[in-house]
Amino acid sequence: MVTHETMIAETVLFPGHQGDQISGYLARPMGPGPYPGVIVIHAAPGFVDHFKEVARKFAAAGYVAIAPNLHHREGPGDPDDVGSAVRAAGGVPDDRFLGDTRGALDLLRSLPYSSGKVGIIGYCSGGRQSYLAACSLPLDAAVDCYGGGVVAGPEELSSTEPQAPIELTQDLACPLLGLFGADDGRPSPEDNRETERVLESHGKTFEFHTYDGAGHAFFADYRPSYRQKSAVDGWQRVFGWFGKYLS
Amino acid sequence: MCAGHVETVEVTGSAKGVDGWFPLERVHAVYDHSFHAQTEESLIIDFVNPDRGPGARVSVELSATSANRLIQAIQDALEDGERRHGPLQVETTA
Repeated sequence: MVTHETMIAETVLFPGHQGDQISGYLARPMGPGPYPGVIVIHAAPGFVDHFKEVARKFAAAGYVAIAPNLHHREGPGDPDDVGSAVRAAGGVPDDRFLGDTRGALDLLRSLPYSSGKVGIIGYCSGGRQSYLAACSLPLDAAVDCYGGGVVAGPEELSSTEPQAPIELTQDLACPLLGLFGADDGRPSPEDNRETERVLESHGKTFEFHTYDGAGHAFFADYRPSYRQKSAVDGWQRVFGWFGKYLS
Repeated sequence: MCAGHVETVEVTGSAKGVDGWFPLERVHAVYDHSFHAQTEESLIIDFVNPDRGPGARVSVELSATSANRLIQAIQDALEDGERRHGPLQVETTA
């Protein structure tokens, strides 16, 4: 994999759900392109710097990456304070997430150095949102990293998350990679087997990998849940997936 | 675990944050991912005033044992204090 040692990374503004202007962190290699795009979806605790690092990691690998700040409207403020306010309000509404992500997708495809291919990757709640987006938007590849709530019973639904994404699986329009920890409680290995069963029943292109010795958020190198061996292997699979379906 | 559980109560009182004291409006008791504590999940208590923005927040992240100790300590202090000194005022001025 070619490493792009020079890049531009900055916060940009773009129209999101219902035309609201929101911010995102855009990172891209310095060069004419064309580069495929990746949308990076942050976890529920907040739009912390880790997700900007993830965007830069993709840029170094030759992608134009944007990490939308899904909590933009509740800010400004420290990401964990803003994340707390969003949590207290019931989380990011699914329709707002899809509108914001549609805006990020349109932005990436409009850039003169874009190849036109765009994938999405999300972590934790962002993993669920990645699955939701892959079933709702014209994306070219998706990665769900331990998204809990893809499988959800009626008692888990809410005004902000009114539908379990698994119910939209028939509309999944791009290849899906799922990366999970065997010790995770949500999604549990049973949840993931149910998702696999539904994906298979609809004839979808997907791969799921579950790591022993890892729980939730094993990619999060700023938290005690980080599992180096699983994360290193996971990153190889992520770049393999996007390399295959976004080139 | 990718789930949070939030219990919210309206409160009267004050909290001291990074910008000094502010009047409290609500307290959220939450079971969710830790932001700083060295555990995957915590019992989080957020003392907030939403009218003053997301930064008007004093937050703690506790283990289950610590949370239960705190519950007991609050009850003990309130009961012992009121027994010795009489009931706390129902409302205080921020």
